[in-house]
Amino acid sequence: MGNSGGRVVITGMGWITPLGDDVGAVWERLLKGDAAAGPVTRFPARTFLTNFAAEVRGFDLRTYLSDTRGHEDAHVNSLYALGAASRAWKQAGFGDLSRPGGAGRMGNPRRLGIYLGAGEGILDFDNYAEANIRGWDASRRAMDDGRWAQVAYARMERAREVEQEPQMAVSHLAEAFGARGPCFNCMTACAASTQAIGEAFEIISRGDADVMLAGGTHSMIHPLGMTGFIRLTAMSKRSDSPLTASRPFDSTRDGFVMGEGAGIVVLESLDHALARGARPLAEVAGYGSSADSYRITDIQPEGLGAVAAMAAALREAGIDPKKADSSGRPPVQYLSAHGTGTKENDSIETLAVKTLFGEQAKRVPFSSVKSMLGHLIQAAGAVELITCVQSILTGFVPPTINLHSPDPRCDLDYVPNVARDLRGSGGVETAMSNSFGFGGQNNTIVVKRFG
Amino acid sequence: MQRRVVISGVGTVTGFGYGVNALWEGLYSGRSVLRRITRFDPSGHPCQAAAEAADFSAKDHVPKHYRKAVKVMARDIELAVGAAKAAVEDAGLRTRGNVEEGQATDYAAARIGCQIGAGLIAAEVPELAAALSTATDEHGVFSYEKWGSTGMENLTPLWLLKYLPNMLACHVTIIHEACGPSNTITCGEASGVLSVGESARVIERGDADLCFSGGAESKINPMGVVRMHLAGRLVELKIEAGDEGAWRHVRPYDAGARGSLLGEGAGIVLLESYETARVRGAKPACELLGFGAGHSPRTGSASARAEGLVAAIENALADARVKPEEIDAVVPRGTGVRETDEEEVEAFRSVFGDRLAEVPLVTVVPAIGDAVAGAAGVAVCVGAMCLRRRALPARLHAGSPVRGVLAGASPARDALLRRVLVCSGSLGGQNGAVVLGALSSA
Repeated sequence: MGNSGGRVVITGMGWITPLGDDVGAVWERLLKGDAAAGPVTRFPARTFLTNFAAEVRGFDLRTYLSDTRGHEDAHVNSLYALGAASRAWKQAGFGDLSRPGGAGRMGNPRRLGIYLGAGEGILDFDNYAEANIRGWDASRRAMDDGRWAQVAYARMERAREVEQEPQMAVSHLAEAFGARGPCFNCMTACAASTQAIGEAFEIISRGDADVMLAGGTHSMIHPLGMTGFIRLTAMSKRSDSPLTASRPFDSTRDGFVMGEGAGIVVLESLDHALARGARPLAEVAGYGSSADSYRITDIQPEGLGAVAAMAAALREAGIDPKKADSSGRPPVQYLSAHGTGTKENDSIETLAVKTLFGEQAKRVPFSSVKSMLGHLIQAAGAVELITCVQSILTGFVPPTINLHSPDPRCDLDYVPNVARDLRGSGGVETAMSNSFGFGGQNNTIVVKRFG
Repeated sequence: MQRRVVISGVGTVTGFGYGVNALWEGLYSGRSVLRRITRFDPSGHPCQAAAEAADFSAKDHVPKHYRKAVKVMARDIELAVGAAKAAVEDAGLRTRGNVEEGQATDYAAARIGCQIGAGLIAAEVPELAAALSTATDEHGVFSYEKWGSTGMENLTPLWLLKYLPNMLACHVTIIHEACGPSNTITCGEASGVLSVGESARVIERGDADLCFSGGAESKINPMGVVRMHLAGRLVELKIEAGDEGAWRHVRPYDAGARGSLLGEGAGIVLLESYETARVRGAKPACELLGFGAGHSPRTGSASARAEGLVAAIENALADARVKPEEIDAVVPRGTGVRETDEEEVEAFRSVFGDRLAEVPLVTVVPAIGDAVAGAAGVAVCVGAMCLRRRALPARLHAGSPVRGVLAGASPARDALLRRVLVCSGSLGGQNGAVVLGALSSA
């Protein structure tokens, strides 16, 4: 994209995932091929067609924030975002919110912004169901609106409703970190947090902020969230084997596995980072956004939307997808797939990668950590971008697990089952992350080694 | 080099109906469309009035082959689809949505972006209630067991897609073939203006030449009204059908303001690069001169809570290279909710000083209600129309605004406006502002 502004680096990263909350420790588990799914514990889901998910266990906000005032009513999305952001803030060297007085504010709060792809909060389901059931007049097959209202006003509470608004995670972060600069939340379904990081990158690059907390947070492990995806037949039904249910690119794949969590990065203008002596973890090199404009229910069959997003991001990064890099390696050394494990996504994403990279496509390590973490929906892109940075920092590429019987239409290098050590060939210089949303919004980010 | 950006198409769906001319004429004539709610029986709600776009259905405004898709559109999506079409017509633009197959369009699909703000869309109660009621135990209480085994099958398979906020943008991109950068900003009342700002940036940096931008929402459903009531936004008002006086209870910037009323609303503009608009012979309504955003703390005094709005306005003015004294009018949020009205007045005082008393505030909520995530999109459309028509619409007000704020009742009048500020805060504390400027040819 035509970005003529300043350089932008990542100086901090944090995540809350079904495999844990420490970037380094979770990374080790990903390289080992650990998976996280199990029976849903949040509500009685036993009879649901899909009754398992990759849940975050034992989250306690006090681990991340010594002062939790103002966050008492926060929904789980806001809580995960606060946890992930606290870790990212600390790694960036701004301060440690888990210690009293350790917050470490920005000098000019108007230069600190936030861009999240946070999901909607969780519906007050039991009270909502009660109002609906008591308000439903079965004989007329119509609502008795008066009776519905009576139950609703008696049962529903201000905070539970207000905190469902999708922008509330941004509000909680602004409160905790003192941000007074540009703050946004976007909801482009499964593409949201990649989009958020991409747009935050553009904001800094243009000079409208020095530092942005960017990423996403989401849990749809709730009755209507699971219901919605079961009805769409988008989720795996392998209730007998949750740990092997997420099978991106495998011929036996039958849908995604629901996950939850948050991923947040600190993005910073290079000048700002260097001036305060911060160590850049990686540089954001390109961002691309596109729409399929095809159908709300189906991906454009040739993957043209995905091609457009990837092409735009690579163009901005100055990378020719059809050429090996100067050391003869593939043009990117790690491509984090959207790779949901649905029949449609994985074959079309593969096709798009082949279209864009041509002869180079087979050489690009192209894996899906959704095989291990599940699909974190709006948080997925941010978490996966963090894995891209980790691949640059360590020289390893995480595997796609549960890939034992390849689909003939999925014939690229998905790093099956075993992590790859690229340190012998110079590690990972450039990595990119794909995220595609229901409805056809596509986003890609390219990151490269800082230096 | 940053590219100049103009607003070349203005589209709305509001209580005044389809299209921005209907809105402008309604506002200009000083009418209000706030009435007793008809979409459901509001008797059990403390607030019973709102402004419905009663005669509007997206079915009348989509290409024939797309009519089936209206079934999977929540009301918010229908409003956005309608406003997008109205904007395309207003811009005299040819897209896939209005040309015969194979005919030329004005822009390649890849050069058209779409950033449409949305709210938290409430599922339609009757649809869910009918399904949930099939999953009760012998005491009539909801049973997860039954829901999981059979109950949920009563929901249409595409149920979820009807309520995803990104579907506003997705349907618009599909109808008009907009394959460029695409986003859905969800920051409550600020969504529309933040979206317009982001679209402007996309065009400015060259990633698209044209963007659909703005916002849409309808909270006129049982859950929306409950939520807004619990959030302290709505005036308590029992009202009979036929009573046309609801507007009297919505009093922006009045010390005795008691709350707001909801309205259905979509405001979508077409932002276009100045250069490509010129080449295709467009007649833009105005230029987008600058954009800014900022965040407010959630608690504290009104002046402390105004901090983010001040930042947004000052950032927008700096971006536009415009001084506060060069702003001729403001299209504010102005909902008649005392808490947010006070924040706005504090912010405007901080930016404009004593001159605030001379800056007309173009309040529209007494006429068309508060469209929440659609409101700022509509506000941008109103601001663009003020510049295009060189006029200020009439202002309804049944009380008296606080001293030093130009927001009381007034008739429509001609006004040689050069620069208009449009800004909004939100429930969560996000704020956005844009500065619009007259074009010499307008």
